[in-house]
Amino acid sequence: MNARVSFGPLALAAWQLWGSAAVVLVLGCLPWLIDPFQTLQISYGLIFGIAALGFNLLLGYTGLLSFGHAAFFGTGAYAAALALKYLGVKSMELYLVGGVGASLLLGVIMGAVCVRYTRIFFAILALALSQVVWSLALKFFWVSGGTDGLRLPTPTLLGGLVTPAADKTAFLAFQYYYYVLVVFVVAVAAMWLMVRSPFGKALQAIRDNEVRAEFVGVRVRRYRFIAFVASAGFTGLAGTLWVPLNGLTTPDILYWPFSGKIVFMAVLGGFKTFLGPIVGAFAYNYLETFAVGYTIYWQLLLGVVLVVLVLAIPDGLVGTAIKLARRFRKAS
Amino acid sequence: MELLIIQTLNSLFYASILFLIACGLTLVYGVMRIVNMAHGNIYAVGAYVAAWTVGLAVAAKFPPAALFFVLLSGAGAAALLGAVLEPTLLRPLYKRAEEYQLLITFGLLLILEDLMRLLWGAHPLTASELPDAFGSFRVAGATYPGYNLFVIAVGIVAAGALWAFVYRTRFGVILRATAQDMRMAAALGVDVKRVYVLAFAIGCFMAGLGGAVVMPISGAVLGMGVDALILAFVVVVIGGLGSLEGALVGALIVGAVRTLGITYFAEIELAVLYLIAAVVLFVRPTGLFGRA
Amino acid sequence: MTLLAIDRITKAFGDNVAVDAVSLTIERGGVVGLIGSNGAGKTTLVNLVSGLFRADSGSVTFEGRDITHLSVNERIRAGIARSFQLVNLFDQMSVLDNVALTVFAREGKTGDMLRPAEADGAVRDEALAVLRQFGVHAKAETPASELAQGERKLLDVAVACALRPRLLFLDEPTSGVSTREKAPIMDIVTSIVRSGGITAVIIEHDMDVVFRYSDRIVAMHQGRILADGTPDEIRANDEVTTTLLGEHVHQ
Repeated sequence: MNARVSFGPLALAAWQLWGSAAVVLVLGCLPWLIDPFQTLQISYGLIFGIAALGFNLLLGYTGLLSFGHAAFFGTGAYAAALALKYLGVKSMELYLVGGVGASLLLGVIMGAVCVRYTRIFFAILALALSQVVWSLALKFFWVSGGTDGLRLPTPTLLGGLVTPAADKTAFLAFQYYYYVLVVFVVAVAAMWLMVRSPFGKALQAIRDNEVRAEFVGVRVRRYRFIAFVASAGFTGLAGTLWVPLNGLTTPDILYWPFSGKIVFMAVLGGFKTFLGPIVGAFAYNYLETFAVGYTIYWQLLLGVVLVVLVLAIPDGLVGTAIKLARRFRKAS
Repeated sequence: MELLIIQTLNSLFYASILFLIACGLTLVYGVMRIVNMAHGNIYAVGAYVAAWTVGLAVAAKFPPAALFFVLLSGAGAAALLGAVLEPTLLRPLYKRAEEYQLLITFGLLLILEDLMRLLWGAHPLTASELPDAFGSFRVAGATYPGYNLFVIAVGIVAAGALWAFVYRTRFGVILRATAQDMRMAAALGVDVKRVYVLAFAIGCFMAGLGGAVVMPISGAVLGMGVDALILAFVVVVIGGLGSLEGALVGALIVGAVRTLGITYFAEIELAVLYLIAAVVLFVRPTGLFGRA
Repeated sequence: MTLLAIDRITKAFGDNVAVDAVSLTIERGGVVGLIGSNGAGKTTLVNLVSGLFRADSGSVTFEGRDITHLSVNERIRAGIARSFQLVNLFDQMSVLDNVALTVFAREGKTGDMLRPAEADGAVRDEALAVLRQFGVHAKAETPASELAQGERKLLDVAVACALRPRLLFLDEPTSGVSTREKAPIMDIVTSIVRSGGITAVIIEHDMDVVFRYSDRIVAMHQGRILADGTPDEIRANDEVTTTLLGEHVHQ
């Protein structure tokens, strides 16, 4: 029987702790090693990693596939943009509070309706409800900027300690990058704790067998609801981090195919593992960037990748790698 | 009074299109327990193929009366596409968790979207010769485009034909038996594979037909499939997933709300629609005619 | 005190009356075998008492308390647990986690989002002890789906026992298990049940198992109770033998 060595409050095995530290260290050195454009790509990867991981709280751990997460990502983004437009807020911390808060609220509203259903109907309902948010953003164009969207110049960080310099790209590639990295590490740690906690075990039980979960005393609907809201919050967090990087938020990120992208990321990386969605987010980001640069029919390319993924390697990149490693270990 | 007639006819027109899309979606779910995320794009394929063939027919100097038969080519192409897609993309996933079909059909959506762009370009196609050929009619004192009346007729005929097919033919019995209990049907000797392909093809035919008949009015536009899917979902959420009566009633409700909405409460018309859907779900969680 | 009192409980599905005004009392202690042909209403009765179904009429009283309208959750907290005929486990989770999660739920600790589950030594130790009792602790870290059928059946019962119930319903605990595995499984289950002071009601089709392990047998037929008595009384009951047992009566 394997010994589970709990390392501090996060219950990491020794190799997991050192491995994570090494990765964070490498990520920390990157801005000095690669050009700003590449650093920005990494930033996007980290941000979508949070979104995909937040999404996967629902899919991988609770067994609920949501096609409506664009609503939370977009809410996080628009909350920041609207805070600037109507309240003149420039502080990143306030954006985060507003963005996460708004996403949590939306999560409560959507969750209250959606968690009464499961499986396909849940997916469709989440999609349909997320479209309400999109249609509101379009209809109330005098608030949301309609299809033009809203601009968001670089914010101040750490309560005004770090102000944007004249060179926006340098700011995004250094100060903002580290900001995103720190938030990423904190968010990942929080979600790791959540899935390893008794609550996380309860979610997995619900995923595996909701009848039995009910029959061991787990309040299935309530926990699904909590997971939904938490998932919404983390995805919204990603959305808020995304806007300054993108400079602009438009209704595209509220439109349901964007939800599909988030699903794609999680599945590409492997939704049955913890790290899968993060890897998937990075991989998807690079894949899309490559595809867009390569052909105007980039959706076709991505669609084919997804189809092949589902048919041939449904466990995704990380899941398949783990399987192969296990087989290799057994053989040797 | 005149306004009321026009509003009613517009609602019916809109409902006809919605029914054609939604009935395919609900039929496929009812028989195969599959939700096809690319269903809207099948509708779009119907529109594009129809636009293309009508364009060819117009160039070949076909008489306008023949043009609406040419429209059916859109439905036919959609059905053919469905017959190819089901065995290749969907059959491998029947043994797996149902969420995988959502994923693969979402991939299919992306593929079809760009295939249409590749084949027909980014500019909308249309066939205005058709509505022009139909002229206008006077209906109870109001003047109304003949083509729209034709579309309503197509909707009614399609609903009737589908109903007759499902409830009055031998194959319809097999279809319903397979929908109720696939294993039992297979044990009784039903070729479930064949039933599935046919059911899927019929569903795609209906969607393609919807796209084909709406095309002369709204054109074949990139992104129309993605937009249409949402409305189809609202229709089946209200009507009940898997129920044809539900698709009909749902289409009528959504058609009416949309028509009245555009005229009287344009800003919140979609919100009203979702509100109705939410109320229906609250009262009858599986939709008006849905089964648990 | 009477542990469980069922009073004229009825459940119909459309035209089919699955349980027809059944009344039954169960005293504390011992093993009750519940037998009957398919469709006799045994599983429906268990579903009614455990809370999966709501009765159309009648009442259920547990330890003096009317539980007829309580939710599944409330009945579990009151002390009723069940296992399932078709094994119902958390397949992607480890054997240990299956039981540990149950203990967490029982202790009301599943709301804890901030600490790793592994850190709770008390829960872990208890879960391991349960696994040891049922003889599956060697596979503690294995996913539940990878266990052999007999072990899965034991785990299913173990999960129910981890709730520390006072009344435990076991729905066909040896179905799908090979004949030579049945006795070991039942030996383990009944010894745990007896030593833990749990009253068990076991639905079974295997008459050897029923007669060997039950203190009392209740026979159902077409939604009603046909006979109720000690194994000897049931064996001597002609109506039961002809209706249910056919020629398979063993000493």
